[in-house]
Amino acid sequence: MTILVNRETKLITIGYTGKQGTYHSLQSRDYGTNFVGGVTPGKGGTMHEGYPVFNTTYEAVEKTGANAAMIFVPPPFAADAILECIDAEIPLIVCITEGIPIMDMIKVKAALDASNSKMIGPNCPGVITPGESKIGIMPGHIHMPGRIGVISRSGTLTYEAVYQLTEREIGQSTCVGIGGDPVSGMDFIDVLALFEADPDTDAVIMIGEIGGTAEPEAARWIQKNMSKPVVSFIAGASAPPGKRMGHAGAIISGGETTAEAKYKIMEECGIHISRSPAELGQIMEKVLKARK
Amino acid sequence: MNIHEYQAKNLMRKFGMKLLHGDIAKTPEAAVKVAKGLGGKVWVVKAQIHAGGRGKAGGVKVAKSLDEVKKYAEDILGSTLVTHQTGPEGKKVNLVFIEEGCEIEHEYYAGIVFDRSTNKITFMASKEGGVDIEKVAEETPEKIIKVGVDPSVGFTPFIGRKLAYGIGIKEKDQVKEATKFFEGLYNVYTECDCTIAEINPLIKTKSGEIMALDAKLNFDDNALYRHPEIERLRDPAEESAKEMEAAAAGFSYIELDGNIGCLVNGAGLAMATTDIITFHGGMPANFLDVGGGATKETVQTAFAIILEDENVKAILVNIFGGIMKCDIIAEGIVGAAKEIGIKVPLVVRLEGTNVAIGRKILEESGLNIVTANELDDAAKKVVKEAVKGEE
Repeated sequence: MTILVNRETKLITIGYTGKQGTYHSLQSRDYGTNFVGGVTPGKGGTMHEGYPVFNTTYEAVEKTGANAAMIFVPPPFAADAILECIDAEIPLIVCITEGIPIMDMIKVKAALDASNSKMIGPNCPGVITPGESKIGIMPGHIHMPGRIGVISRSGTLTYEAVYQLTEREIGQSTCVGIGGDPVSGMDFIDVLALFEADPDTDAVIMIGEIGGTAEPEAARWIQKNMSKPVVSFIAGASAPPGKRMGHAGAIISGGETTAEAKYKIMEECGIHISRSPAELGQIMEKVLKARK
Repeated sequence: MNIHEYQAKNLMRKFGMKLLHGDIAKTPEAAVKVAKGLGGKVWVVKAQIHAGGRGKAGGVKVAKSLDEVKKYAEDILGSTLVTHQTGPEGKKVNLVFIEEGCEIEHEYYAGIVFDRSTNKITFMASKEGGVDIEKVAEETPEKIIKVGVDPSVGFTPFIGRKLAYGIGIKEKDQVKEATKFFEGLYNVYTECDCTIAEINPLIKTKSGEIMALDAKLNFDDNALYRHPEIERLRDPAEESAKEMEAAAAGFSYIELDGNIGCLVNGAGLAMATTDIITFHGGMPANFLDVGGGATKETVQTAFAIILEDENVKAILVNIFGGIMKCDIIAEGIVGAAKEIGIKVPLVVRLEGTNVAIGRKILEESGLNIVTANELDDAAKKVVKEAVKGEE
């Protein structure tokens, strides 16, 4: 089972012929992902690195039967590329692009909510089911098939957590980097719900950050809905209070945006806290032993 | 990106919003000239810095004569204001804004922000304006009303009416005027790619006009490429030279107070790195996310910026390569050592994409590098080196 991606996933890359698009498409293929082609408007009908290029996402889906898209389009055009994927009814969209304006993403989010597509990102490393399929920029070799779900707002910190697990020979079911932008596709709760329902996942590592209220909201959801243990780290405890201009950001989020406030709520909700980013693997190991 | 109050007001005026007249001055003499030009008998002299809380810190004064305008401008220009938003070092005032006075009947609060929990652009308004609004939010949250805007519909007049009646504006013409104000602010926010628009206070004058007395606008850095006219409003005096140099080179750098320089890829890992240094009793000198698209040159620039800070006694390079390749980082380290010299101990932890090539480049360079295999080890080693460096 696992979540979101598996051996059945058929991947196309939007912005395939660019440098990053090409490199990471081939890396994903080398990992074992069923990569079937890409989209670059104007280059339709050609072949690139042995795979067909299409002008539109519709055509790519029609000709290849793709059910997942990975987006490497530059920020000014990325929102449009996502909207095209939604319109082409691609079930899973993974947007790697960093730096998409918030105003663009607000429109994208509204379109996503009204569709059946799921999106991971933007500004994220992507998603991987170790040993089966990788869609994104994460280094495949640090992963190991297993039964721990990983979900994170940060890319490289996800790798860190995975590395600590693999070093202890604790494998992962699926690792999802949801991205750190203010507006994103799937959030913590969306992914946690999939892990809770997945028979191949035993426990979850959740990595958050300071700012916003996604972690406290997820913590309260976990307390009510989740039977599987969750181990968590919040990045940014050492960050100095930002020099701010207005108050509006603080008012809208209430007092739950600092690492300390988030840890407090998470502890109250029964989440296992790792205050050092280097202890995530160790704490997960203990949690798993205690359950046996 | 932030801009000054007077710049925000100029922008709002372009969107047809009603505002008091005023102009800026860099000298007391120029301030008097502005006041004369505005006419009237009362003027407000306002320090222009990128921080709130100016009034309490003595940066906003009401002048009742041209002599007072001159005196207040003299007092404020060149002074350093310390408010709860400037940090303890405060901000030096290089510019004052002279605005015509007006008779205030009531002060409200109005703001627009993106609410992450509802994914909607959201208005906030309160009857209690001109005060510490965060305190109002904490102690009496019921006094702040929030109205989200459906992104597929945009602003419609009922939103303005809901806000106006919600903060106690009842008279028909004033409700109309308030609605116009909210619509104007929404247009500025969405068309200029703002992340925050805050009007504190929004006032009702004794003659019944509704207008912004103060204005703070903050913009989405990712959208500045489509607003060159806003990018031009950037005030370099308000920004850290090193942070700007880093931004120009394509990475993010924030100076901190400690003595351990950090070079990391990814914002989350960069934060986690300063966290774990602190966790082991060390003090990070900076946050530095070199980003995913860094080149050898970017890494060299990053080293140069870290080493400009004389407090730095040791450096930790923590790279977990994904889109970033370890060999590029290694080449950058070797290049920096050759070209600018690295005289403080260097602890390097490399993992991820092309790690073997990266490690080989470092080994063959002959540089004196303390290698670390994992995060905890790296943090402990660099804290130890920094302690030695201070002795």
